[in-house]
Amino acid sequence: MGLDIRTPIGFLFAILGALLVAYGLLSDPQVYQRSLGINVNAGWGTVLLGFGGVMLWLGRRPGAPP
Amino acid sequence: MMDSIRLMPIDYVILTVYFAFVLGIGWVLKRQTKTSEDFFLSGRSIPAWVAGLAFLSANLGAQEVIGMAASGAKYGIATSHFYWVGAIPAMVFVGVFMMPFYYGSRARSVPEYLKLRYDEKTRGFNAISFAVMTVFSSGISMYALAKLFNILLGWDFNFSIWISGLIVLLYIYLGGLTSAIYNEVLQFFLIVLGFIPLVYLGLRDAGGWSGLTERLNVVATAKGYASGAWTDSWAHMGSPTTNPMGVEWFGMVMGLGFVLSFGYWCTDFLVVQRAMAAHSMAAARRTPLIAAVPKMLFPFLVILPGMIAIALTYHAGGSGFALPKKPDGTFDFDMAVPMMLGHYFPPGLLGLGLTALMASFMSGMAGNVTAFNTVWTYDIYQSYIKKDASDAHYLWMGRMSTVFGIALSVGTAYLATRFNNIMDFLQLVFAFVNAPLFATFLLGMFWKRATGHGAFFGLLLGTLAAAFHHGLTLPSGAVAGIKGGWLAAPPVHLYPSEMAQNFWTAIYAWTVCFLATIAISLLTRQKKSDAELKGLVYALTPREREEHLPWWKTAAGLGTFVLAVAVLLNVIFW
Repeated sequence: MGLDIRTPIGFLFAILGALLVAYGLLSDPQVYQRSLGINVNAGWGTVLLGFGGVMLWLGRRPGAPP
Repeated sequence: MMDSIRLMPIDYVILTVYFAFVLGIGWVLKRQTKTSEDFFLSGRSIPAWVAGLAFLSANLGAQEVIGMAASGAKYGIATSHFYWVGAIPAMVFVGVFMMPFYYGSRARSVPEYLKLRYDEKTRGFNAISFAVMTVFSSGISMYALAKLFNILLGWDFNFSIWISGLIVLLYIYLGGLTSAIYNEVLQFFLIVLGFIPLVYLGLRDAGGWSGLTERLNVVATAKGYASGAWTDSWAHMGSPTTNPMGVEWFGMVMGLGFVLSFGYWCTDFLVVQRAMAAHSMAAARRTPLIAAVPKMLFPFLVILPGMIAIALTYHAGGSGFALPKKPDGTFDFDMAVPMMLGHYFPPGLLGLGLTALMASFMSGMAGNVTAFNTVWTYDIYQSYIKKDASDAHYLWMGRMSTVFGIALSVGTAYLATRFNNIMDFLQLVFAFVNAPLFATFLLGMFWKRATGHGAFFGLLLGTLAAAFHHGLTLPSGAVAGIKGGWLAAPPVHLYPSEMAQNFWTAIYAWTVCFLATIAISLLTRQKKSDAELKGLVYALTPREREEHLPWWKTAAGLGTFVLAVAVLLNVIFW
């Protein structure tokens, strides 16, 4: 296949993760009353960013086993 | 009615980024889609893990995400039977035992397998009923999405229909099955990663697993069941009166576990198509088995939120979440997941959660559309309308059928807004047609004497048996009509619940089809020679040798592992 699906998945989650982390750091802490006082944007955004990074790394290695 | 949720700009940004990627994937794949086999079968080049996740995701429509949470609230953890008794054994069976014939026969679709194995009329019956069914399912998915986003976000109904239809149309039109499969993999990760925080926050609000169990015991006793009825999957299945599903273990195991689940996972082209697109026989066999691994864990993602929702409704948590009520005063279980998203997710994460919800609707829709365009083009158009056209013509027809398949789905979605009963009626008819199918495939693959006449009339009689059984019985408390009992008043048998009636309808249909196919086959001549049946029937197909592979790459090894874990899960949540 010409396109390794891990690359677009990696980019998508890296972008979404970065957006959530940035929003989490800048947003009013008041909004996290809903999520039981936890800044889930910053926390989960970091996880998405990490997942995106791993996918990009896997997708970049030619011939790597899935 | 509830207030709709207000979205912030960040939420729209997330949704837009997702749409851009979905369309971008279609755009990039357009260059690689040159032949009809590229368009309909991804050129048989998909790696096993990608096909496996797509296999799972194509089925992961709204019915699963919304419906399983609703069932989790209504029936508790016993809903996991749909996974640990239903889906998993069937997925192992199709991978280990049936895929050698689907993939090995080089059939391009499930109806085409029936044509090779039996005859033209059996294929025609399956192809036409399947094509109609996929269009309606895709339309119902669209309708559910538009209705939900209207209630939840106040979006215009028409806008939701057209935007979702247009996006699915574009990415399938451009890249065909590969585009659908790639997007399904993307959607799979999005759904999983979008719902994990929901489960985490809900569980935290309910006081962890022990807090949830305590609260669910309150729910169970309040509804007149033994405490534990919502948290034990098997302990209360001895009699239909002691569990909220209203089913006893035998009807559940045979009806759901055997007939319905095997009928769906082993014969439905929507999912089988993903495995047929795999790059090799070994990869095709592993496709459903790889899918089974995350599938086993899905109850924690899709059923648990419903259980949390009902628990918090009866015994409030710190944040005051409660299920909304319908106008008639009963709980609106279908709103469990959407309401929880709105309740727990702040702006930002809310955008991710709604994108995940949107993704689940679109993957369900796209799965139906790709199955439809293939069956239409190969099994109906090429077989009955235009036989000897060029490959480029069939590729063109595939793209055209994507357009009119989606147009028909849009039409169905609008029809559903006006005539809800027609939708219920159609779904009922499809259930009748589907119930006996597994008997036809089982006999076809494992008994070489089964004949075309036997298969066709067996299917017909099985379908009729389902209709008769439905017409003669009624779930207790229901009114005769769409729920059954339209052939005899009073009905011949009253079932304790609608689910019990469904399971037994399936059992009767399967048994009649199985016996009728055997009887008619013995009375008719086998027109197919052994040479013609090679690769299609177990006894006439050389075994695949897999000794050179590590155990987790062989179908038998991986299948055994998956079944062992499923047994373990049943025992843990007994």
